[in-house]
Amino acid sequence: MEGTELGWWGVLIAVIGGAIRVSTPYLFVSLGETLTEKSGRVNLGLEGVLVMGAMSGYATAVLTGQPWLGVLVAGCAGALLSLVHALVCSLPRVNDIAVGIALFIFGTGLAFFLGKPFINPSAPRLPDLDLGWWSDSPHIQSALQISPLFLFGFALALFLAWALKNTRWGLVLRTVGDSSEAAQALGYNITLVRIAGTVAGGFLAGVGGSYLSLYFPGTWNEGLSSGQGLMAVALVIFARWDPVRCFYASLLFGGATALGPALQSAGVTANYYLYGAAPYFLTLAVLIYSASPRKALEGAPGEVSISR
Amino acid sequence: MTRSTLSRRGFLKRGANVVAASVAASAVPGMVAAMGNVTVGFIYVGPRQDFGWNQSHWDAAQKIAAMDGITVVEQENVPETAEVEKVIQSMIELDGAKVIFGTSFGYWDSLKAMAEKYPDVLFTHIGAIWKEGDPTNVIGYRGYTEEAHYLCGIAAGRMSDTRKIGFIGSKPLYFIYNNANGFMLGARSVAPETTMNVVITGDWNNPVKEAETTNALIDQGCDVIIANVDSPKVAIETAEARGVYTCGYHSDLSSLAPNGFLTGAEWNWASGAEFVRAFVEDDPYPNLKRGGFREDMVALSPFGEAVPQEVRDEVMAAKQGFIDNSLQLYAGPIADNQGNVIVPEGEVRNNDDVPFKLGIDWFVEGTIG
Repeated sequence: MEGTELGWWGVLIAVIGGAIRVSTPYLFVSLGETLTEKSGRVNLGLEGVLVMGAMSGYATAVLTGQPWLGVLVAGCAGALLSLVHALVCSLPRVNDIAVGIALFIFGTGLAFFLGKPFINPSAPRLPDLDLGWWSDSPHIQSALQISPLFLFGFALALFLAWALKNTRWGLVLRTVGDSSEAAQALGYNITLVRIAGTVAGGFLAGVGGSYLSLYFPGTWNEGLSSGQGLMAVALVIFARWDPVRCFYASLLFGGATALGPALQSAGVTANYYLYGAAPYFLTLAVLIYSASPRKALEGAPGEVSISR
Repeated sequence: MTRSTLSRRGFLKRGANVVAASVAASAVPGMVAAMGNVTVGFIYVGPRQDFGWNQSHWDAAQKIAAMDGITVVEQENVPETAEVEKVIQSMIELDGAKVIFGTSFGYWDSLKAMAEKYPDVLFTHIGAIWKEGDPTNVIGYRGYTEEAHYLCGIAAGRMSDTRKIGFIGSKPLYFIYNNANGFMLGARSVAPETTMNVVITGDWNNPVKEAETTNALIDQGCDVIIANVDSPKVAIETAEARGVYTCGYHSDLSSLAPNGFLTGAEWNWASGAEFVRAFVEDDPYPNLKRGGFREDMVALSPFGEAVPQEVRDEVMAAKQGFIDNSLQLYAGPIADNQGNVIVPEGEVRNNDDVPFKLGIDWFVEGTIG
């Protein structure tokens, strides 16, 4: 059964390649959300920010022919949208979850409205790095065609993990997020730190959106995001607010998304809806697992409304 | 109150129409005089330039708009809810539309309800599910795209080096099965050892999954990909980037893949223009119409540069076979991929055997999926 063996190799290659291809938006959004939550706020609007980033990045690339400029614009659009969240939540007694949901709907709606003329034209894609040069197999070569954004996200995860532990601003961010009273006693401007944390998180989510529209799958339409932004927020809880674990969790979610198509194309066709639901099932399982009524979450910032 | 405002605007509109019609009629007597100036409304469920389902209807809208004496009004992104009834009402009351093209399956109930409310307006629906007892000013029509897929399959079978072709489907519905079978039967008619991998994504529109599926199929060795999803743009661009061949669906997608595009299966919804003419001229029209190349209800995309002349000739010969009815898609022996004989040797299911086609929930032999 040589054919079958080749088939299973194909599944493995497709899942690994898929994990790398699909994970990047999860990675950027979850890193952004980690920053925001470390400052003590939850931004559920990152789904809207992601879609807005995807649209603005694609539109910029179509208009200027510069995909990298699109990534920058996407980040700025995301930062701007998150600034709204940050400012509104700085008002007294405003619920950040509710504002986040409003921002989610607003962001997607605005992106659909502004993005209409860009559904048809094709934008130049981001270039990729060929890391599969050592292999003769075109399948492995293609699986290892990796976007620089993925590598950048990986480096960013390592850097954020280090910076949150070892730098002054990392400590300030964590202090504000863990105990606003302590931060206040130390003389830090809590509002300002939280605004900075939310805006930086929005920038990263916007960049994640531009990966969707400019690299993989590399198109803009209204069904582009199937909830990656929302799932990434759950993923942050799963990763226990640790950037490096965010990276692993993103790969896991990416692989789960790729599993269904890979199995089906190899001829395993029973229950394909179940495989298709794998990422969502994973999200649910993570939330059930992490929703313990008895103990507070280990690693959760003390000021975040979900752990209070 | 609202009603009277609507009527006043409608009156102004109609007044303008009468003037316009008389001007046009004096210029071109004959048919235009008979048709007057007719406003036709097109309602799309998504953006009309989606390189897919909606664009195929927009193509038709443009063709119908180019006809003498016809004005087209359009509305995009109309959800399959009561919203569509409001859009229809405004097209009829404000724009004076006489014909409404409802281009999404889920509009059906709304179209029927509005057809009873406006008996002097013609409604068309793309499902071809009209039955006795439904309003007579509703028409259901739909093309046999499986015939166009058969032609794509011939090109795919001739061009594939690996003898493996890939089919991406959105939902497990009868027309998706038919299209997949058409694609496979076409490929096997020229290359009997071909196998086809089928992946059902479960969504009409999910670009990430479609791109991932395309990659997975290519990893399995498929070197011709066709995608039956709302917008095959992502699948075609992904396949083009990986250097394999593609066939289009819905509308002309050749511009998306200059190197690997073979040909594509297209609808010809503009064939609905005949209903408009019949309705306006008070001629009889069918309430239910299905057809393939013979009835000019489906079309084939222009060939891509990669397709050599002898393959083009072969495909065009098969198309002629559908037109003069000498070629039948489901001609025995046909077995499904579980080994059951569906059409025994010597038997033939005619291309217009609709009940047979509606009942298809199996893939032909050689299909993996």
